[in-house]
Amino acid sequence: MSATYQLATPAVQLAAAEGASEHRSLIITLFSVFVVITLVITVWAGRRTKDATDFYAGGRQFSGFQNGLAVSGDYMSAASFLGIAGAIALYGYDGFLYSIGFLVAWLVALLLVAEPLRNSGRYTMGDVLAYRMRQRPVRTAAGISTIIVSIFYLLAQMVGAGALVALLLGITGDAGKNLIVVLVGVVMILYVTIGGMKGTTWVQMIKACLLIVGTLIITVLVLHKYGYNVSELLGAAAETSGKGASFLEPGLQYGADATSKINFLSLGIALVLGTAGLPHILIRFYTVPTAMAARKSVLWAIGIIGVFYLMTIALGFGAAALLSPKTITDSNAAGNTAAPLLAQEIGGGADSTGGAILLAMISAVAFATILAVVAGLTLASSSSFAHDLYANVIRKGKASEKEEVKAARISAVLIGGVAIALGIFAGNLNVAGLVALAFAVAASANLPTILYSLFWKRFTTRGALWSIYAGLISSVGLVLFSPVVSGAESSMFPGVDFSWFPLENPGLISIPVGFLAGFLGALWSKDEAAQGEKYAELEVRSMTGTGAH
Amino acid sequence: MDTAPEQGSSGPPERPGPDYTEVQQSQEFGELRRTYRTFVFPLTIAFVVWYVLYVLLSNYAGGFMGVKVVGNVNVAFIFGLAQFVTTFLIAWWYSRFAAAKIDPKGEAIKNRLESEHGTRGDA
Repeated sequence: MSATYQLATPAVQLAAAEGASEHRSLIITLFSVFVVITLVITVWAGRRTKDATDFYAGGRQFSGFQNGLAVSGDYMSAASFLGIAGAIALYGYDGFLYSIGFLVAWLVALLLVAEPLRNSGRYTMGDVLAYRMRQRPVRTAAGISTIIVSIFYLLAQMVGAGALVALLLGITGDAGKNLIVVLVGVVMILYVTIGGMKGTTWVQMIKACLLIVGTLIITVLVLHKYGYNVSELLGAAAETSGKGASFLEPGLQYGADATSKINFLSLGIALVLGTAGLPHILIRFYTVPTAMAARKSVLWAIGIIGVFYLMTIALGFGAAALLSPKTITDSNAAGNTAAPLLAQEIGGGADSTGGAILLAMISAVAFATILAVVAGLTLASSSSFAHDLYANVIRKGKASEKEEVKAARISAVLIGGVAIALGIFAGNLNVAGLVALAFAVAASANLPTILYSLFWKRFTTRGALWSIYAGLISSVGLVLFSPVVSGAESSMFPGVDFSWFPLENPGLISIPVGFLAGFLGALWSKDEAAQGEKYAELEVRSMTGTGAH
Repeated sequence: MDTAPEQGSSGPPERPGPDYTEVQQSQEFGELRRTYRTFVFPLTIAFVVWYVLYVLLSNYAGGFMGVKVVGNVNVAFIFGLAQFVTTFLIAWWYSRFAAAKIDPKGEAIKNRLESEHGTRGDA
């Protein structure tokens, strides 16, 4: 989920090589238990999935608290869990900056998006964007943007899953890694096709609980070790890191030069504005009965996610304090295994039973996290494919509900297949660019269109198309010509250099481009027939909940 | 959670609907919109500015951010934690405000429209 989530080739295994086989069987057992339980729930949910509302929106019967848990489970990816802990463990304070962007972002969703979206939409983000516009072009754009954002995010998770699981299980061969990617992909397809939104929601709720409990255990153990004195923990981290006081100050990761500082600003803005434009988050608001329940879900999510990110401070600085920087980077160059290593250390070390149990627990939590997030992404993209593109664009609204849900299931299998294939072929891709790109596209293409549609009377079809496509093209285009893709050692193609855009994160440019294009497109339009009338309907419905689905 | 079936979730949207333009231009709705917008728009600008300020300080005011306040806890940490605190407070404040000032106005309009036009769960 964050740009820190870089997975280098996991050539080096966990420090505790000798106890590896015991860990492995324990990890596999815990993980299998999770998969079996969630699949049973999925089948149970699938039997209760009768119509399109059940499949897309879980019957809209979840409570605000349940959905708040599921939203948290959908949002807290392995990247925020492992990536942020690792970034803090290696770069100290700069790693902590991510958590703040990811949390503050929820205020945009709370204040501006969740409730009006719940009131005026039905199944997808496209429902709200196309409400007052010409359906086919806007739904096409919304569908394309949804699928692109979700696929980038999904690909990052799949690549991450392969490398991470391989690392934690000590698998070094490509065959083993590919097997894991296929396994994750198949389980995720089963969740979505059988359980639909109901099954996926339950998986995400369970995962959120596991993640919170797992993180809480490690946090308490770390704090206990330092007498619940945060200052002491920070001091120990600064000392062990070998970087002294500067470890606790901003700048270790992003303070190198003027470009990296602007890059950080660009990332920060994309994080804050991207969340409320992520389709897999937005569709979660349709699973509750009312806008007030949607508000309650966001409030719960802010509480849960906020507490979780506060605990990542203890995890990250705990790892920095208790493990040498070499131990962390030897296991994974980007620090992604710092949290599991810390669990092992705090449980009593590599050869202890306590260490083995905690390591297995945290690793299983990490797998559960990956599964829940990829299921949410697959559901979001297949929903948009079936509801926006198939039912409303291809079949022009004439598809029956049964046909639409069937299309959603088939597209979930196809998208899952694509994700598996990409995950295998993308092998050692730097996932950082992909995730930052997903946030930047969401902030540049989706958020302007959502806000203009809901709040600006003069917005038009042309404005919607311009903001989606301009945001999409500028963010993807700038990344294509950035050091993420070529020209640097960490690039996807380090051998060639066609980069001219210096920033890894395009948001600073592409977000204003998306907003400006939507504004100009709307001004450029001739008055659309019934424009005012449709906006009146959207505004009244979105603000009051009249006639909400 | 899956016992109560959703009411009227299928069927065409054809119905003698309310005149939304009239509702939108009514004083009652204007009041609702004004209450909502004058609360959330300035607040959104405020927290985005506060967050960007924090990012800029981290970027360009390293010396100030590194000043130790209590033990090893420096200004940067206090500011970071303050972002958490303000996020929680804004969320709490909005939910209280919405429940007290926005929800009753919206509900009143919704109930009136739905009793007059029977638009409950259309489409």
